[in-house]
Amino acid sequence: MSQGAMKEAAQEGDRRLPSLDVLFGMHRRMVGIRQFEERVRTDYLARRMPGFTHSYVGEEAVAVGGCAALEPGDLITSTHRGHGHAIAKGVGFPAMMAELYGKLPGACAGRGGSMHIADFSLGMLGANGIVGGGFGLAAGAALAAQFLGNRDLTLCFFGDGAINKGQFHESINFTALRRLPVIFLCENNQFAQYTAIERTTAGALADRGTPFGVPGAEVDGNDVLAVYQAVRTAADRARRGEGPSLIIANTYRFYGHNVGEAVPYRSEADVAERRKRDPIPRYEAWLQAEGLIDAAGCAGVWEEVTREVDESVAFALAAADPDPATAMDDLYASTRAAWSTQ
Amino acid sequence: MPYLSMGQATNDAMRVAMRLDPTIIVMGLDIRWGGSFGQFRGLYDEFGERVIDMPISEELIVGAAAGAASRGLRTVVSMSFVEFSMGAMDELVNQAAKLRYMFGGQAKVPMVLRCADGTIRSAAAQHSESFEAIFAHVPGLKVVAPSNAYDAKGLLIAAIADDNPVIYLENKKIQPTKAEVPEGLYEVPLGKAAIRREGSDVTIVAYSIQAVNAAQAADELAKEGISAEVIDLRTIVPLDIDTVLKSVAKTKRAVVAHEAWTFGGFGAELAAQIQEALFSELNAPVMRVGARHSHIPFAPALERAIVPATEEIVAAARRAVALSGQTMQRAS
Repeated sequence: MSQGAMKEAAQEGDRRLPSLDVLFGMHRRMVGIRQFEERVRTDYLARRMPGFTHSYVGEEAVAVGGCAALEPGDLITSTHRGHGHAIAKGVGFPAMMAELYGKLPGACAGRGGSMHIADFSLGMLGANGIVGGGFGLAAGAALAAQFLGNRDLTLCFFGDGAINKGQFHESINFTALRRLPVIFLCENNQFAQYTAIERTTAGALADRGTPFGVPGAEVDGNDVLAVYQAVRTAADRARRGEGPSLIIANTYRFYGHNVGEAVPYRSEADVAERRKRDPIPRYEAWLQAEGLIDAAGCAGVWEEVTREVDESVAFALAAADPDPATAMDDLYASTRAAWSTQ
Repeated sequence: MPYLSMGQATNDAMRVAMRLDPTIIVMGLDIRWGGSFGQFRGLYDEFGERVIDMPISEELIVGAAAGAASRGLRTVVSMSFVEFSMGAMDELVNQAAKLRYMFGGQAKVPMVLRCADGTIRSAAAQHSESFEAIFAHVPGLKVVAPSNAYDAKGLLIAAIADDNPVIYLENKKIQPTKAEVPEGLYEVPLGKAAIRREGSDVTIVAYSIQAVNAAQAADELAKEGISAEVIDLRTIVPLDIDTVLKSVAKTKRAVVAHEAWTFGGFGAELAAQIQEALFSELNAPVMRVGARHSHIPFAPALERAIVPATEEIVAAARRAVALSGQTMQRAS
């Protein structure tokens, strides 16, 4: 699409389009998450990979649209289903794959695994194996930003299951009270573990901010541009000092809660119907309709990304295990405040 | 040198640290009004917005304190009564204690959780307990339990300067006790026990209020000709086991004492470590003094029936000495 067409598109309604770099980057990262997760699933089911893992396949547009709307210094907190958030925030395949294989060059040196991937240097404050674990950390990160006087905002990813945790209500109250720069982005994938949202959750999710004066928006979580725009709007509000926003991104996980489980709680027909709304072909169709990329261009991205994922597996398999003698390292920091007399 | 209560000493510690370090913030309910025990009195007047009144949202308070600490602040949190911290155990155990380790050393979490523990004036089951064993059981946390005003200030400053989450336990009953407390900055290092009194017949290992009671017990025991060495651990994580073992190797007998439940208590850990290291040198089993395994009742007569004081420490030391006499007779 020409710059002129971009401008025209940008003037359509209030759909603010990101730059071409961002548009292409979002495509590459969505494909990256998909291929990374498919490979992880394959390797996990083949019992080559230790631990447990939760697939983000189907939800790529939420992580990618959300992170693309942030500035480089901004922060995210994540969930047990966190691979997509990490990739969207820029954590590389080799560090992630090595972590999943429990190897020394992993993002957390093999201490964390799938549910604890973090890269503080990139503002990725950690996947979190506790549902709702990100709420307090996000509120605290935003509190620190307010005190330290920087403009960093924190995007808190969480699931529809977590919205019923006390921490959600506690943190939305506190961040609204102090107008902290936080965005609460709920990935409503319709299931809390194996239980459908209808069985656990009263009322409309987007209304949950209303009593606290926090605006709630509901978006199609399989539309990466819709997520991007919603997060941009919320980010602008946060940076103006107006406090948190709540965004409900409706999406669907194509696989089960954790890789390897039986999925008796939903029908194949439901899944097939949902797969028709796969966020990646949808976005590719849009990119192609806008003339930004053609089918061959898309295929090239898939090829490149798939090769990178394969290389990351080779890297992880060849990497060293952590030394058992270091198993107790990093439990405690040995550093102290600069003013300490010790 | 100022003569301060423990509450005044910790208040002084907060001022000293906060003047040195603008990244220290204080979070808790009623902080601006001084806290439940006056331990934060006047801080808002001096430090303004760095002193934050929090909603009664324990999970958020601890989760946000950990999050802020991981992002460059030093956070001091008031949980008021230690029982209230149970509402924040998810954030404390699953987040604050684990962030550093599970992220491969990327994060540090310099936060202090101040909690008042122990019995006082029939506060009953939900305002009287001591949970140090619960905290000590969790890797990644440090646990501090001072017994006097000098240590209270020095340990609190050391805890604030520490780059790890520290549980700072303030026994309610001994808060008014006064001692000479130096002005300005000094630290009592975490993980260093103090030998309060030297003795040769039995070592009493204690902390917090039971360290105070142990000193009184040693006076009683001296009247009976039993020479007790009193060790005040001051911090239970990190544990200064070397000082304990050195003393017990000399006295051959040990009594471990705390106000928390004996059953599953920290004294059990001490007893186990002592016997593992010194089994063949002990003249008596390691004696434990603690609360009976019940909730703390309201009626004063019942409360004393559950919670130990000086008398129980004296009795345990006597028993250790008496048992070792029997042991020696059997051996001979």
